[in-house]
Amino acid sequence: MATAQTEFPPPKVLTYPASAPPTLITQGAEGRLYKTTHLLPDRPCALKYRPPKPYRHPILDARLTKARLSSEAKVLERCRREGVPVPAVYAMDPAAGWMMMEWIEGIPVRMGINEWLGERSDGEEEEGAAAAVETDSARQEEADETTTTPLVDLMKRIGAAVGALHRTGVVHGDLTTSNMMLRPPPSQGGQVDGGTAGEEKEDKAKVLEGDVVLIDFGLATQSMSDEDRAVDLYVLERAFASTHPRAERLFATVLASYKDTFKKASSVLVKLADVRMRGRKRSMLG
Amino acid sequence: MALEKLELEHVPSTYHIYGALFRDVANTEFLQQQLLSRNSEFEYAFIDASSVISRLHLLSAVYSAVNVSLDGTLRTPNVHSEIVVSFNTNNNIADAYRRWGITPGKTKDLIVIKVVSPRQFTAQDQDEATTQQQQQQQAICDHLRQHVQGTPAPLTDAELTQATDWPKVRKYYRLNGVPALDRLADEHERRRQMESLAIMGMALRGL
Ligand SMILES: Nc1ncnc2c1ncn2[C@@H]1O[C@H](COP(=O)(O)OP(=O)(O)OP(=O)(O)O)[C@@H](O)[C@H]1O
Ligand SMILES: [Mg+2]
Repeated sequence: MATAQTEFPPPKVLTYPASAPPTLITQGAEGRLYKTTHLLPDRPCALKYRPPKPYRHPILDARLTKARLSSEAKVLERCRREGVPVPAVYAMDPAAGWMMMEWIEGIPVRMGINEWLGERSDGEEEEGAAAAVETDSARQEEADETTTTPLVDLMKRIGAAVGALHRTGVVHGDLTTSNMMLRPPPSQGGQVDGGTAGEEKEDKAKVLEGDVVLIDFGLATQSMSDEDRAVDLYVLERAFASTHPRAERLFATVLASYKDTFKKASSVLVKLADVRMRGRKRSMLG
Repeated sequence: MALEKLELEHVPSTYHIYGALFRDVANTEFLQQQLLSRNSEFEYAFIDASSVISRLHLLSAVYSAVNVSLDGTLRTPNVHSEIVVSFNTNNNIADAYRRWGITPGKTKDLIVIKVVSPRQFTAQDQDEATTQQQQQQQAICDHLRQHVQGTPAPLTDAELTQATDWPKVRKYYRLNGVPALDRLADEHERRRQMESLAIMGMALRGL
């Protein structure tokens, strides 16, 4: 991480003193995410930084960065006011390209599901390459793991969270199980170590516990259209199928739970069938 | 009285921030007059405590103002007026002064914030800097004691919540009829969420 930080200079705000040095969490194409603190040492936050793009005209670049951060923040505010589970915004400086938001404890849903299924969870996406050689007993074990209640329950919570989001008139734009966090219940002390496995049987049931919190609204837009909502679901469905091929059929549970969250949800599901069809045609042509 | 030195994350160590709370202030008219006449001995943020939710809420406004001061993008004459304006969710400056500033006849409990920025320091080494800082803190403390006619109280959540005028705060931060709040039965949790929405509204000021 130290190398990453020298290679890519942090935003100016993170060069000022704090109780602990910031940690670079991810370095994406569009921006970086640091874990740091807001106001007080015991108030962790996620700082999203969109660095200037040297290949873009500086004035245009500043304007784009500002517009994107503003739109992300506005969506988050709307969600918070409507009670959709997303991080709160703590502070921002759109001109400087950063936004501090609530740090969500826990692990991404992707990691939780993979841990539950006993797959690799070292952060590598598996992109549909689940070439598992299955024995009868493995298949039996898998049936247990994908039909037992904790995983089914999680699917319901995912459907409910996405439904709540859509109901407020927001589409996410990049729904994946990486862009959802599994926040452990506060009774656990609020602290779950980010993915150290090797747990006892009791702990295994806990891996899927907690609230689903949606994150990463960088591509979100305000929309009430069935089509946009259906595309959101389709993107999640595809991502789910490639990240968790062994749990693919459970996606129906996500949709069933989504259907109950708001009145127009069933017409979104009708639209989803169209979107799937188009997606299939496109992949046959492509 | 205690003038607290406030330590905030991501603030250069050359900035010194102090805060105090006075209850039942009797000379608000005099204090406001010093601001209006730009008396340089009264470079303070005077904040009406009834419009403030909590210490975190207060610190958010302070940090926001320090940050724009570091950026060099102040919209108001100085970091102190900027603190008052930072409480607002829009860019209406006059409105912000009226709501969060000092208003004779209305303001009862008063929060005072003083930010001392680097150029007012001349120290050559760490020891000298510490001494200067302590002298400065004492001088500010004495000055406030001399000029603010009110009962000093610690800047704690316990004290601040007593002063909060909730109907007013709910109006300022558009917290009435908000679904996320209406579904919460627990009063403590509701307040925490209101604080969170207020801070968020401030962060998104003018967007
Ligand atoms: N508020 C948060 N609290 C805790 N962890 C977070 C938070 N936001 C993001 N993260 C972590 O950082 C990772 C990346 O964040 P995010 O998805 O918002 O940005 P990004 O990955 O750069 O965007 P993109 O997915 O479009 O590339 C997440 O997968 C998650 O592990
Ligand atoms: Mg992401």
